[in-house]
Amino acid sequence: MHPWLLAAIGGVLIGLAAVVLMAALGRIAGISGIASGLLAGAAAGDRGWRVAFVAGLVAAPLLLLLVRGDSGIGSPQVAWPWMVAAGLLVGFGTRLGGGCTSGHGVCGMARLSPRSLLATVVFIVFGVITVYVTRHLFGGLAA
Amino acid sequence: MKYLPALLAGLLFGFGLALAGMTQPAVVLGFLDVFGAWNPRLLFVMAGAVLTTAIGYRLVWRRAQPWLAPRFSLPDTRHIDARLVGGAALFGIGWGIAGYCPGPALASLGAGLWSVWLLMAAMAIGWWLAAQLPARSDAKRG
Repeated sequence: MHPWLLAAIGGVLIGLAAVVLMAALGRIAGISGIASGLLAGAAAGDRGWRVAFVAGLVAAPLLLLLVRGDSGIGSPQVAWPWMVAAGLLVGFGTRLGGGCTSGHGVCGMARLSPRSLLATVVFIVFGVITVYVTRHLFGGLAA
Repeated sequence: MKYLPALLAGLLFGFGLALAGMTQPAVVLGFLDVFGAWNPRLLFVMAGAVLTTAIGYRLVWRRAQPWLAPRFSLPDTRHIDARLVGGAALFGIGWGIAGYCPGPALASLGAGLWSVWLLMAAMAIGWWLAAQLPARSDAKRG
């Protein structure tokens, strides 16, 4: 199957996940919000569904591995100190900005939220600038 | 009972990410490499996801409440401020460095790649650090 078609099908599955979570629990499928809520803030009765969601997220590629022999998980592209720096920035930035690719980029865009539209434009533009600087000005951060 | 739909949603989300190529940081970085060997695959992921969610949400919201919760929990923040823009910018820089946003990072943990676990631990520290900032003042609301 053409990767673009597979990508659109993958996107539809992500959308269905967001719809299931809204229909059943009335919640936005924002990964940074769901996962960071496990670390702090979420009350005892508000934790179980977060654990279940994250468990499904982690298990899905492993089920794919069993079914078709390919989990779809690729290799990291940068050396470990860059992985640490990236993790810190993604964590701090998504919590500060109130969402990530899923919460702002998918759910917020689908709600036509001006905040989410702006956030999505900003994180894509800064991602593009960062890749330009690291790949084309500094020759890459290869592992 | 609440856990079953949450587990199902997590599975669907993970299948979607893996099939779409989002769990391959090379594909994600390729999408952001607009000035190099640009890979448009993520555009198709976003289009599929946003359209499905937009239609599905509107069908779901015809009901008075969710199946298993008293109300729909939608963000009520409306204003645009420095936190939103600054947070999104920092996130974009981190995304562009390694090619992982939170969903694909979590979905990739099962492969047992130690540097992905390192990234995930750093992300958790980042979430914790941001939570230590003083709360947004109500004066800025509206």
